[in-house]
Amino acid sequence: MKAAGKVFKYGSNVDTDVIIPARYLNTSDPSELAKHCMEDIDASFAEVVKQGDIIVADKNFGCGSSREHAPLAIKSAGVSCVIAKTFARIFYRNAINIGLPIMECEPAVDGIEAGDQIEVDFSTGVISNRTKGETYQAEPFPAFIQKIIAAEGLVGYTRKHME
Amino acid sequence: MGMTMTQKILAAHAGLDEVKAGQLIEVNLDLVLGNDITAPVAIKEFSKIGTAGVFDKKKVALVPDHFTPNKDIKSAEQCKVLRAFAVEKEIENYFEVGQMGIEHGLIPEKGLVVAGDVVIGADSHTCTYGALGAFSTGIGSTDMAAGMATGKAWFKVPGALKFVLKGKPSGWVSGKDVILHIIGMIGVDGALYKSMEFTGDGVANLSMDDRFSMANMAIEAGGKNGIFPVDDQTVAYMNAHSEKPFKVYEADEDAAYEAVYEIDLSQLSPTVAFPHLPENTRPIEDVGEVKIDQVVIGSCTNGRIEDLRVAAKLLKGKQVAKNVRVIIFPVTQKVYLQALREGLIETFIEAGAVVSTPTCGPCLGGHMGILAKGERAVATTNRNFVGRMGHPESEVYLASPAVAAASAITGRITNPEEIQ
Ligand code: SF4
Repeated sequence: MKAAGKVFKYGSNVDTDVIIPARYLNTSDPSELAKHCMEDIDASFAEVVKQGDIIVADKNFGCGSSREHAPLAIKSAGVSCVIAKTFARIFYRNAINIGLPIMECEPAVDGIEAGDQIEVDFSTGVISNRTKGETYQAEPFPAFIQKIIAAEGLVGYTRKHME
Repeated sequence: MGMTMTQKILAAHAGLDEVKAGQLIEVNLDLVLGNDITAPVAIKEFSKIGTAGVFDKKKVALVPDHFTPNKDIKSAEQCKVLRAFAVEKEIENYFEVGQMGIEHGLIPEKGLVVAGDVVIGADSHTCTYGALGAFSTGIGSTDMAAGMATGKAWFKVPGALKFVLKGKPSGWVSGKDVILHIIGMIGVDGALYKSMEFTGDGVANLSMDDRFSMANMAIEAGGKNGIFPVDDQTVAYMNAHSEKPFKVYEADEDAAYEAVYEIDLSQLSPTVAFPHLPENTRPIEDVGEVKIDQVVIGSCTNGRIEDLRVAAKLLKGKQVAKNVRVIIFPVTQKVYLQALREGLIETFIEAGAVVSTPTCGPCLGGHMGILAKGERAVATTNRNFVGRMGHPESEVYLASPAVAAASAITGRITNPEEIQ
């Protein structure tokens, strides 16, 4: 599986309150949430993001609340992958559980700039920067987490296990 | 190699004699929690799993606390989903408005968690119950759905940071100041994926309410959980609130910690976290002149009875500064009633503060006290991210109830020592 798109780049500690502010949490409709994704740090994001685009951020992406609305908003906005140096742990679980691809890769975050066109190969963990002609190698997921990903998230995995 | 307190609890709930940091395990759950924001998503996912009922009707808790009493039609619809699910699945621990409080105040008060338990909650501050010597951690809605269906959750066994607390906090210093100090020291990702284990003689000098507010903010350092040893105070609390049997786990002498920090509680000052991260802390002496528009005292961090007592002690016979709004929200109905009986509510109202029914309300910028552009609040809550309490250009300063109450009187961030 591959993803390709243009990069939106952010710094460290992008928190769930800016990914999707609580004032919009009176609904859990993904398309409604997508309209306000990143609004408080990047007001035009929801308008300009295109299907397949990629978010690249520094450390501790998704810190704060447990709201699954955050990865849902990002996924529903069309983002195909989030790459960061590290993810906050609840965001990490939530992304895996709902099937939003994420990758931890420090060199990629250091090398990639906003607006770069990049391609991500989920099976090998190779991230290619087409704009700069560079490649970076992301950490592979542990086998157990790969099983959840293969089942398209925790619900699929749980269903299979309960049968 | 020995195990940390957290690792021992996890091993026991995974049916293993031993676990190691980094190991992926599946554990049995003692409680699965959700609220009016996260549970509706979980209920949708739960229905996709296709089981008829929840794993144990006594071990699921649903608390509509964020946008309640329903702030608008959409919120009302979300709460309706929760209520209908609770009725259909015969969930015993559904707490309607009138019984409910902010979940992390309510769950321990109702005796639903005791030492040695493993608890997951679709709310990041579920880590609060570590104060009781339980392993508890926040997860998302899908984890909650799977937990309700199976009674299990997967975890990577965390490594740990050890905080050895010594001495006694002086003056107005509280547990909130200790945890803000720690977050300032290690940063908002300083405990990422790890347990924060608090130990040392100083623990005895922290009340249960102090410990709840410290464990509550473990997530603000990125921690998986925060946990306290079980002592006489913990046992007294559990005996007063719960009939559930508890189990005491202790870290092994030779448990491995990735870092050990010693903190002398007697050396700490009241501490304030500046916008827009909880790690931007300063001791009160270094705060300078920060004028404020609003004061919020309450939340799952600091809405307990001791917090209200401290605030009332400072506000008694005083007036809130002109043009400052002070909003006080007790964490649960029980705390509200106790505050009423002790005359604290009267003190607040006479001072010119408003007192709200228990709700998350302003803490997450939900309702009941949203900030306008450019406004500043001092809050006893736990997060000061951009837009947390309202307009993206508003500011939140995190502090203890004592600092918040002192600031309410002067209209600027104030050392409680200044108030006579
Ligand atoms: S009071 Fe604030 S931090 Fe606590 S559960 Fe409610 S919204 Fe979350």
